[in-house]
Amino acid sequence: MSKVVLKRLEKRFGEAILSTHDQFGDETAVVTPEVWHEVALFLRDDSRCQMDHFIDLTAVDYLGRRTPRFEVVLHMRSMQKLHRIRVKTPVAMGPDGENPKVDSLVDVWKGANWFEREAWDMFGIEFKGHPDLRRLLMYEEFEGHPLRKDYDANKTQPLVEYREGYEKQAPFGLPEGMPFGRQVHDRWKVHVAGRQTDGKTNILGFEED
Amino acid sequence: MSDKSIQVIEGSEVGFATTRVDALLGWARKYSLFQYPFVTACCGMEFMALASPRFDMARFGAEAPRFTPRQADLLWVVGTVSQRQAPVLKMVYDQMADPKYVLAFGTCASCGGFYDNYATVPGIDKVIPVDVYVPGCPPRPEGVIDGLLLLQDKIATGDRTPAVVKPRTDPVPKDLVSLRRSAEGDPVSEAG
Repeated sequence: MSKVVLKRLEKRFGEAILSTHDQFGDETAVVTPEVWHEVALFLRDDSRCQMDHFIDLTAVDYLGRRTPRFEVVLHMRSMQKLHRIRVKTPVAMGPDGENPKVDSLVDVWKGANWFEREAWDMFGIEFKGHPDLRRLLMYEEFEGHPLRKDYDANKTQPLVEYREGYEKQAPFGLPEGMPFGRQVHDRWKVHVAGRQTDGKTNILGFEED
Repeated sequence: MSDKSIQVIEGSEVGFATTRVDALLGWARKYSLFQYPFVTACCGMEFMALASPRFDMARFGAEAPRFTPRQADLLWVVGTVSQRQAPVLKMVYDQMADPKYVLAFGTCASCGGFYDNYATVPGIDKVIPVDVYVPGCPPRPEGVIDGLLLLQDKIATGDRTPAVVKPRTDPVPKDLVSLRRSAEGDPVSEAG
């Protein structure tokens, strides 16, 4: 379907296209973060591509599974040519644990604005050149980025101090609602605690970023 | 004698009744609940069904919605409350005048439900006191009416301890056909 777009990309950017593949009919290109903005501009303006419809932008955290750790995913569509394409770029944490950085695409598609804010909110990916990079869903006081895999699944940051000294009645148990609804999020830690570490991986068996 | 709050005394020409002031106030309050619907999620659809003529909440004297908490005395918290929204809920509750009652509509409002995560308040009683919990995802309108009647009983008796609506099963007549799985795995009709 949209293989012509992948060919155009490979012809134009060459080595900067790390790989291309076809997942269930969705053509995908993985590009280096250096050409991220350039690729987006090319896809929008090239006469054979005309990706004028920005669909989605999000991120994935591959903690312990891939290096670099994060991947930013962009979906586009062409109203004129009916192409669909997905472009990904791997982005890494800074050497001292700084947030990963990638170019903002707001000047290419205005619709990217809130999507990048969401990716910043949930994954802590800084979009360089974004006009207003604030949290989108969580509140200002929230610390950390909740969809990162190293964010503690049980951690909440209430804005209002919780009441105390009341009793929940059956079927709601203490302390938090229904007992069958509470998952044990730390079970995986028990599972990997017995593993040997070989120096390269941390205690959880994950490769250091 | 002592548990009868209203006593009708006969024998005189006009007839009169005696009661206690708190019982009279409770009786008046339970049938004039002005409600503030704090509707945040999908349970709101069930709330609309409840308020509409089919289930008709107005039968129980709880028909007047007030869209300012200052005029309401029953706060319906219908749906999931996120951490970001918890200060709003607290402010709405604080603005209501006494006596005020809170009904947690559905599992999310009661205990957070399956939203067991960074974003959701695990039950609005973490933020404000609750009088009646109505579990269900969403609760059936009959269950909510149960909760409303439970609240009215509590108002009439002045009882402020939290209560939970108990689950009910439909009173199915025995001569109706019900499908059950037999030991062999075939559906067997158990006609009465």
